[in-house]
Amino acid sequence: MIDGEPIYRIGELGDTAFLIVSAIRVLAVFTVLMVTVAMLTLLERKVSAWMQDRLGPNRVGPGGLLQPAADGVKNILKEETNPSEANRVFFTLAPMLSIIPALVTFAVIPFAAPLPTPFGIVPMVVADVPIGILFLLAFSSLGVYGIVLAGWASSNKYALLGGLRAGAQMISYEIALGLSLLGVFFLVGNVSLPEVVWAQQRMHLWFALPLSVSFFFFWIASFAETNRLPFDLPEAESELVTGYHTEYSSMKFSMFFIAEYAHVLTVSALMATLFLGGWDIPGWQGDNMAVGPGGTVIGAEPAVWKTVLTLLAFGAKTFFFIMVFMLVRWTVPRFRYDQVMDLGWKIMLPTALAAIVVTAGTILALDGAGVEYGLTYGLVLTAVNAVMLFAILWIMDRGHVLAGTGPEEQHRLSREAARRRAVPVEPTTAHRA
Amino acid sequence: MAVKVRVMKRPEAKKSSYIRATLKGMALTFRHMVRAAGDRSEAVIQYPEQKKDISPRWRGTHVMEKHEDGRPKCVACGLCPTICPANCIKLVPGEDDQGNRYPIVYEIDEFRCIFCGMCQEVCPVEAIHVGQDYENAEYTRERFVYDLDRLMKQPHPSTLLWDPSDPTSE
Repeated sequence: MIDGEPIYRIGELGDTAFLIVSAIRVLAVFTVLMVTVAMLTLLERKVSAWMQDRLGPNRVGPGGLLQPAADGVKNILKEETNPSEANRVFFTLAPMLSIIPALVTFAVIPFAAPLPTPFGIVPMVVADVPIGILFLLAFSSLGVYGIVLAGWASSNKYALLGGLRAGAQMISYEIALGLSLLGVFFLVGNVSLPEVVWAQQRMHLWFALPLSVSFFFFWIASFAETNRLPFDLPEAESELVTGYHTEYSSMKFSMFFIAEYAHVLTVSALMATLFLGGWDIPGWQGDNMAVGPGGTVIGAEPAVWKTVLTLLAFGAKTFFFIMVFMLVRWTVPRFRYDQVMDLGWKIMLPTALAAIVVTAGTILALDGAGVEYGLTYGLVLTAVNAVMLFAILWIMDRGHVLAGTGPEEQHRLSREAARRRAVPVEPTTAHRA
Repeated sequence: MAVKVRVMKRPEAKKSSYIRATLKGMALTFRHMVRAAGDRSEAVIQYPEQKKDISPRWRGTHVMEKHEDGRPKCVACGLCPTICPANCIKLVPGEDDQGNRYPIVYEIDEFRCIFCGMCQEVCPVEAIHVGQDYENAEYTRERFVYDLDRLMKQPHPSTLLWDPSDPTSE
């Protein structure tokens, strides 16, 4: 349904140039990623402190800026404990399995406008794989293996429960996650992430509006996928000590920690790309460009300063989502396990499915009516989605999601009624009989 | 007879709106975050640098007052070990050739001490005092038995307990 020219990923760089450019990109992105993750741990502590009228870490370095470094050194120097009953191989493997997918997934996210270099146009994405989003889904699902393995290999009942919960939760929410992505696939007609950005630029509307229902569900599901509050059941401190990483210490524990923040970063960047236009700068057409076949550029002229500006825009959008992650974590209490499952299977799955059917129907009708892909196309979808989102929020807002453990008041009334109906037994005769 | 159970009439459990409540909560935490990101000096005391003023009646670790020539004011009368409810004061009295009594051993086990301040109240020569201090950390348990030298060298001021002749004033 999309008639825009198909854009092409790896530019026509020479082999050597491609290697060098790729190596530079990998190094740069990995470094930035790790430093950002380290800073996120500090930011989280600062933000939580500010929300609770405290100051947060402020002793190491100016304003506590060196706190992540101090934490890192501490974790490396700490004694490592290996439980005697643990399965040593999987116990060691689990943190690695947890951290690697979290870092790798960032590779397919485009983080700035294509950069013009003497070798040609370089797309600003580490690995411009044609299967973009599928790669992402596959790898982010791999992360659950790390957690489940950690829970099982620890040979600890709390860790095992945490691992089980992680497995159940991730599988439940992956469905809603995948379903909410379908809307994006409908509009883009492709799974490559640079193409997603390009499609949003051509529509002159970020997908957060025309696909608001998908956006909403993706957002909720991403909280579950990153195992953060209000869905941090795998490590629920009040019930499971710390869940799957109860038995872990020193750097192995730290790896789970890094993995969590890398996940937050990746998911935030992904949401920015899928629903907030990626590196697109709002209200400006000068950055609407994509790398086309043969390393040529479709749309506006690329420039170094445009790359820098778009990088900043991408950073700002990602930061916004990260802040919401933190705001939610320090505001909303943890759900009960059955509530999480209810929300996943009874609310999000059917609603997302229905929303997808309606969205698909609207797209079909728009295409059938011959509406050109563009702003009007997007606005019609926006209207339809707004109605759906309003209905969903209205239903959810009526407290149907989070009632108590049962209809307590009714139980009480029926107990009282039974008591009133009961015929008082004469104690003397009853005992004789 | 059936046992009579009194069932309290509770207010109807309201189905609360979850989404609105969440947004409200997030707005609250966000307001706090924005406000706190600036100055928190009214809510936070930067402890090692800033310290809270403690009450003049604060009863902390003991101080032994001394004469100008450096001798302890204690006359080893034995009243403080007698009144001490925690039995934490160890006193061995001695007498010099002029017949003046003085403590040969005077030790207070600050771990056993309950900081009631009775030793200060009972002291006839105002020698032993509880002090205005709360930073008592030590590396070993033995260091918590304060001997006479240490009690005389305490850097903090001694506590002003109430005056029995004027109990309403500080």
